Amino acid sequence: MALAKRIIPCLDVDKGRVVKGVQFVDIRDAGDPVEVAKKYNQQGADELTFLDITASHEARETTIHTVEQIAAEVFIPLTVGGGIRTLEDIRNMLNAGADKVSINSAAVKDPDFVKRAAERFGSQCIVVAIDAKSVSAEGETPRWEIFTHGGRKPTGIDAVAWAVKMCDNGAGEILLTSMDKDGTKDGFDLGVTRAISDAVPVPVIASGGVGNLQHLVDGVINGGADAVLAASIFHFGEYSVPEAKAFMRDNNIEVRL
Amino acid sequence: MNRKQVAVIDYGMGNLHSVASALKHIGPDIDVAVTSDRETIANADHVIFPGVGAIRDCMAEIRKQQVDKAVAEVMASGKPMLAICVGLQALMNFSEENNGVDCLNVFSGKVKFFAGNPRFKAAHDEGSASGERLKVPHMGWNTVEQRLPHPLWHNIENGGRFYFVHSYYVEAEQKELIAGACHYGIDFTAAMAEKNLFAVQFHPEKSHTNGLQLLTNFLNWDGKW
Repeated sequence: MALAKRIIPCLDVDKGRVVKGVQFVDIRDAGDPVEVAKKYNQQGADELTFLDITASHEARETTIHTVEQIAAEVFIPLTVGGGIRTLEDIRNMLNAGADKVSINSAAVKDPDFVKRAAERFGSQCIVVAIDAKSVSAEGETPRWEIFTHGGRKPTGIDAVAWAVKMCDNGAGEILLTSMDKDGTKDGFDLGVTRAISDAVPVPVIASGGVGNLQHLVDGVINGGADAVLAASIFHFGEYSVPEAKAFMRDNNIEVRL
Repeated sequence: MNRKQVAVIDYGMGNLHSVASALKHIGPDIDVAVTSDRETIANADHVIFPGVGAIRDCMAEIRKQQVDKAVAEVMASGKPMLAICVGLQALMNFSEENNGVDCLNVFSGKVKFFAGNPRFKAAHDEGSASGERLKVPHMGWNTVEQRLPHPLWHNIENGGRFYFVHSYYVEAEQKELIAGACHYGIDFTAAMAEKNLFAVQFHPEKSHTNGLQLLTNFLNWDGKW
């Protein structure tokens, strides 16, 4: 027996509703976040990730309230991301009941923010989210760069080097989303997942592109992911968390049943 | 009948919301106080000694706020106490974290860095060759082998999974006090038990059914076994 690979349903939340878009457009409603969180908790999800995709100032209060409601009923780890910019934001989310926060754009703007956050709150609760996009042409050595602002803004920063730097700064986990794959249901970008998983000492969560259960298996076995994150396959009832775990177990992956 | 009083010791390190929230969920008729007040702690029926973050800062606050004295008083009183995560680590002699920090000496043994252990490194390198790597922190759901028959394991399957998140592990010298063991590249101490004290490396408040059962067992425990 060993450490189990984790299955993490992701709640993308916009104005108090769980939504799911394809490459950040064409948004579909997937329900009330508290009800959705309870459902996944009952199904045996290993963790939950809550991403506030609007993250406007007004939405912040709603998010804190929703996180409080989820934390009062769900006793598995909860990561909250979206618009985390200051130590105060982190403190508010942890006080609301989050176990970890996910930092993305704010880390790109100020890499030392991650260092200060890890020193203040501990690496165990600092997840750095990386949105990576392939920038190499066909036939070239594969290369990925990071994008911010929901995948709209290029930064010119190499994704693998960035992941290593974030771990040096104290990130306890990397949440890696492929912007090329997100919403496509074509499967994870296994190349960038493997490259980053091999390069960093901390656990890597693969995200973006899951369309079936084989994709989850591929993410772990070929991508080297420690955890796999998915949204729409669970939200719209295509698969349940127990089905996903049974499939992974049948493919010789250690899971918590 | 008086409501049961549970004190969660707060010394300013980390987020104790989860522990309090899980206790309220399983025992709606209990009072949970998140506190550093020695009198409140002394008057509680059950005490929880949690801990999150780096050991140097934790130990500094524990000494500054006299949590060390409160813990010693609770131990002597015979009332049930549950230490969680860095709470367990703080009970050992010494931690390697932050260039070495002296701890509370309740249990004999050290707190060590996973990646500093040659056997862990060997397991890591062997895994890397087959495409599987042992990451640090040890984060996620791992199995706990129950080494002692203890009331806190009641209704929990031997080998059941709990949620861990830590980069340093406890190597206990008093093997007879190891109540639970875990394996991650190497064997390490997941739980210790002595008299009215039970201490765990994992997070019961985040361990779903098994964790809530352990907390229920703790609330039902009279501190004897």
